[in-house]
Amino acid sequence: MAAATNAPSTVAQPTRRRRFRPTGIGGLLVWGMVAFFFINLAALIATVVLDSFATTWFGSWIPDGFTTHWYGDAWAEFDLTSVLTVTAQVAVVVVLVSALIGVPAAYALARRNFPGKPVITVLFLLPILIPPITYGIPLATVLYRLHLAGSLSGVILANLVPTVPFVVLVMIPFVEQIDPKIEAAARMCGAGTFTIFRRILGPLLIPGILAAAILVLVRTVGMFELTFLTSGPTSSTLVVVLYSAVFGAGIRAPQEVDAMAVVYTASMLVLLVTALRFVNPTQLVTRIGDR
Amino acid sequence: MTTASGLAPSVLHPIGRRSLRHRLADRGIDRVLLLLLPGVVFLVLLFVYPFLYGLQLSFAPQTGSGPLANYQTFFSDSYLRDTIGTTLALGVPAALVNVLASVPIAYRMRGRFRGKRTLTTLLVVPIALGTVLTAEGLIAYLGPSGWINKLLRDFNLVDQPVLLIHNYWGVFFSLVITGFPFAFLLVLSYLSGIDPNLERAASVMGAGWWQRFRRVTFPLLVPGLAITFCLSFVLAFSVFPSANLVGDPSGSTRVISIAAFHAAFEQFDYSMGSAISMIMGAVMLAIIALVLGWRSTLFRGATGGKG
Repeated sequence: MAAATNAPSTVAQPTRRRRFRPTGIGGLLVWGMVAFFFINLAALIATVVLDSFATTWFGSWIPDGFTTHWYGDAWAEFDLTSVLTVTAQVAVVVVLVSALIGVPAAYALARRNFPGKPVITVLFLLPILIPPITYGIPLATVLYRLHLAGSLSGVILANLVPTVPFVVLVMIPFVEQIDPKIEAAARMCGAGTFTIFRRILGPLLIPGILAAAILVLVRTVGMFELTFLTSGPTSSTLVVVLYSAVFGAGIRAPQEVDAMAVVYTASMLVLLVTALRFVNPTQLVTRIGDR
Repeated sequence: MTTASGLAPSVLHPIGRRSLRHRLADRGIDRVLLLLLPGVVFLVLLFVYPFLYGLQLSFAPQTGSGPLANYQTFFSDSYLRDTIGTTLALGVPAALVNVLASVPIAYRMRGRFRGKRTLTTLLVVPIALGTVLTAEGLIAYLGPSGWINKLLRDFNLVDQPVLLIHNYWGVFFSLVITGFPFAFLLVLSYLSGIDPNLERAASVMGAGWWQRFRRVTFPLLVPGLAITFCLSFVLAFSVFPSANLVGDPSGSTRVISIAAFHAAFEQFDYSMGSAISMIMGAVMLAIIALVLGWRSTLFRGATGGKG
């Protein structure tokens, strides 16, 4: 729990860069483990990618022949155009709304100490720490009672539950590193709160907001549980359609499902590569970056 | 400040009591806090309220009598009760493997070296793949005609294909693939927070690498490992898609989240579904409280890695 509340550590690191040499039995063992993990991971992904291009593949090392027609088939059968549109709509709205709600809240939490602050902090930590499936079932029940589940707005609302606190948590250190004197100076010059946000804090916070937005985007596109629990036929995102295609009954070529899985992986990787241009990998799981 | 004005208000404020606004501002309450309002209202409506609603619903069973009927059913029906054991049998070993495997690797990689960023970037890939795609890949890769079984048979290690999917192991592998990078990145960031000078000091005093690790780094890392274990465990405990896809969802990997989903959205007994969700949350919190309680007895020095 404290992992998320700690300030980013700024312990000085030795600046010299050494080349890594696996030394000794321990080193070889450790690097063997890492290599083993990655080889299996690569093979796992390769299986899915190869199969999506295969004419038939059963029992041999590589498929009998290659074709691309499964992509067209999957696109038509699962109506991927509309699925991808829904995914993009959900992701964009979630990013915008969670930034609009989360950034001001992060500002208030970073700048003020007030009675009851620990309670508010816990309120913002819980939705991140508790896994979605646990609170997703009561949440979906409430959304069904309100006739919101099954619609696009229900999916968006459910996805906002973990992302709003996530934005708050990512943004707090970014706000903390801005000198409050800059705001005081602006106020002395007659700027109102709104002007300070727009002209002073906004531009200074842009890197943080960008990082938070991209992380939220990755999380929302990959969020299975909450979307699965609250979506209907017209509001399923790509990952839910993929799950239903694997789990649901019906006779369809596995290559079609794999083609869709490749579309999902590819879009996820594009997002991820973009994200990693802006943020440290450790930020994807924690706020403590080793910078 | 407040004590000073409490002692001699007439000296500090000869005109009389200061305005309420000033006194509140002294305690940090001013209009800036209004910025919190949208976030707090949102979470109260969509997080706190559904939770309380679910709690209330779980005590209003659709069948049976008495407010505790759902809980009685859960603990008396072995098909439901055993899901706790099944989930723990998956979640605890998976979390332990992820955390313990991360320690030596992160320890080796704690310094800076060329290619570190590439490696950490690669480790993020499984997190991005998500459980659904990992499950889909595992089915093909570890399946009876997948590459692993083919390899084992070509080397005459086995006669029959090894059953690695649609059972406990399929889900376990899926939990390791998605959970290990997460645990590793956390452990790495905790390790990077430990002052390297401490190890250098120990080295000057003649400690070998094992002594340095055993006596200096590891004790400082343990509190961070406890947190990492908790977060990994929570991830593994809530396993849902992979338990359905690569597991045996009606038998050996019928985890508690499947039972909750089944009750709420297949039998449409929202009351029972909520009750199982509450039990799931309670078991999870109990384990976390246990680990964190143990953690609070540990030394947490002034240097990093304390989480």
